Amino acid sequence: MIGKISVKYLSLLVTIGLFILMYGFGSVMYDGFFSPQVFLNLFVDNAFLCVTAVGMTFVIVSGGIDLSVGSVIALTTMISAHLLETSHWHPAAVIVLVLLVGSSFGFAMGSLIHHFQLPPFIVTLAGMFLARGLCYIININSIPITNAFYTEVSQFRIPLPGHSFVSINVIIFFVVVIAAIFLAHYTRFGRTVYAIGGNEQSAVLMGLPVGRTKVLVYTINGFCSALAGVVFTFYMLSGYGLHAVGMEMDAIASVVIGGTLLSGGVGYVLGTMFGVLILGTIQTLIIFQGTLSSWWTKIAIGILLFLFCLLQRLFETGKGLKTQGTTGEQKA
Amino acid sequence: MTNATPTLFRRLTSTKLFWPLLALALLLAFNLVFTKGFFHIEIKDGHLYGSLIDILNRAAPLMLIAIGLTLVIAASGIDISVGAVVAISGALVAMLIGGTLVLKGGVQEYVTLLPMSVAILVTLAVSTAAGLWNGFLVSRIGMQPIVATLILIVAGRGAAQLITNGQIITIYYKPYFFIGNGFLLGIPFSLYIVLLLLLITLFLTRRTALGLFIESIGINPKASRMAGINAKNLLLGVYAFCSFCAGIAGLVVCSNLKSADGNNAGMYFELDAILAVVLGGTSMTGGKFYLIGSMVGALIIQTLTTTIYSIGVPPEITLVVKSVVVFLVMMFQSETFRRTVFGKFTKQVVQS
Repeated sequence: MIGKISVKYLSLLVTIGLFILMYGFGSVMYDGFFSPQVFLNLFVDNAFLCVTAVGMTFVIVSGGIDLSVGSVIALTTMISAHLLETSHWHPAAVIVLVLLVGSSFGFAMGSLIHHFQLPPFIVTLAGMFLARGLCYIININSIPITNAFYTEVSQFRIPLPGHSFVSINVIIFFVVVIAAIFLAHYTRFGRTVYAIGGNEQSAVLMGLPVGRTKVLVYTINGFCSALAGVVFTFYMLSGYGLHAVGMEMDAIASVVIGGTLLSGGVGYVLGTMFGVLILGTIQTLIIFQGTLSSWWTKIAIGILLFLFCLLQRLFETGKGLKTQGTTGEQKA
Repeated sequence: MTNATPTLFRRLTSTKLFWPLLALALLLAFNLVFTKGFFHIEIKDGHLYGSLIDILNRAAPLMLIAIGLTLVIAASGIDISVGAVVAISGALVAMLIGGTLVLKGGVQEYVTLLPMSVAILVTLAVSTAAGLWNGFLVSRIGMQPIVATLILIVAGRGAAQLITNGQIITIYYKPYFFIGNGFLLGIPFSLYIVLLLLLITLFLTRRTALGLFIESIGINPKASRMAGINAKNLLLGVYAFCSFCAGIAGLVVCSNLKSADGNNAGMYFELDAILAVVLGGTSMTGGKFYLIGSMVGALIIQTLTTTIYSIGVPPEITLVVKSVVVFLVMMFQSETFRRTVFGKFTKQVVQS
């Protein structure tokens, strides 16, 4: 039993350990790396990534994948910018609308995946191009946002001790993480998601609402992407069809580095948060290093992603061998 | 009941090539009516010119990728890294050839970093190595294909940007432009590359047992292994071949544009290529594959793009139209969808 628990949390511990190690490495190597503001900036600069990665965690735990999140973020910034600047909508109405658009987008994709039994990655790949295309239909250029509410939120700084600050985005970040942890571990929905990811067939046989949950998972991810889009709009103060290109890869990488199994069934929202922080630390390290070009960030993330996938495979094959030998025992 | 349906019609519609060809014919018919001079072909400077030739030339990179991807999808895999490989290949060849204009004794001469043939060989070798990497992850480590190729997307795009330093590299070497812009016997040279690759692939998959092996892996990997098929090496080869094709496509794209752009080259190619393969009748779940169908699929996509450009709709809408087409094709390929929609029109005996 104890062995089982430690294995269960092992990947999470590896992730947290890696984060501490990387941050420690930066602190030792570079002056000024170990300051409250540099640490807090990890949250400030990656709030949108974390929000969308949290949604992605649910999708991957359920055994699916969603490649459309980056495009949905771009679409959200585009719709927000267009409605605020051209149609002069009230900011609250804009936010409510984009969240609805994102959720419906996710709902539609989830329904296709569930009802027609289509492979998730191709449905969401098509969704990715649809959302990106819709951005360009609204406007092919970047639209700067001058709306008073948006600029105020963007510039608002919540002071913290030690002459540091965080933005409102960080508050949204933490609210989402806490809500997601609650949803994943303390609700019936969360347990169903884990059950589907573990074995969909068994979940159906147990009488769990598999279809409804799967559609809901994609809907939640659509909502999270749209919320990430709102956060991203606060961060960038513009709407552009080329925003967040490749963000889906970063989100998936964060989730995987955070210890969620790509085959589904195992994963932690908290791990995803640390995955995002690791990605942020890589970026900060490369900025502090100074001579490496920013392209190295992508290569480093690619390598890290590879290592974690490899680690997962090793765990999986190890687990597979064990369960093969003691199937009856574990079931009993 | 539908017993009275003419058998000829049945036979026609049951061939896999019928639907893609019909779609292509409809698109062309649309252009015949709405686009002036669409079918006009004339000979200028000994070359054929016209919209149709243009479509063929522009579809070449997509056709090349579709050849490789057809095999990957047939083996029930997927390679979404083809766009990144196109970017790497273009960036690498541009860097290796480079090309500067030098005055030598009053005569202008192009000097390259490496001889063109060496540069091309190195680029194709690197592209194939990228595919071997994908194949290694899928066949040896046992990763899901989507994840394995995802890693290459993330790292590959970074590598391409690293090579080009995030900028657009322009090539100044005339002979290289021939690949993407040249004409041989009045027909674009790139088409000969497509034809050659297609014929070799067709020969290897249809005249040897290789095609059958790939299909059997796609239909049932376990059973094919039991039957003594070396699935691991075959998968490795299929992924390597797909990246090799993407590498050639990268050369054509880069030669056609006379420059390499690490940031945007090959962007959205993966969707186009998947769409071409799926339109051609190969199922996403693997199994039987149709190389000629994929070629028709690629032509449909390029005709669609050219049509959108020529009828004056904003070109940005292309992405939306393509994704809608993917959604529709996907749904028609789904057994469940066909049953729910068409089940209402035909009487069926309740099974089981």
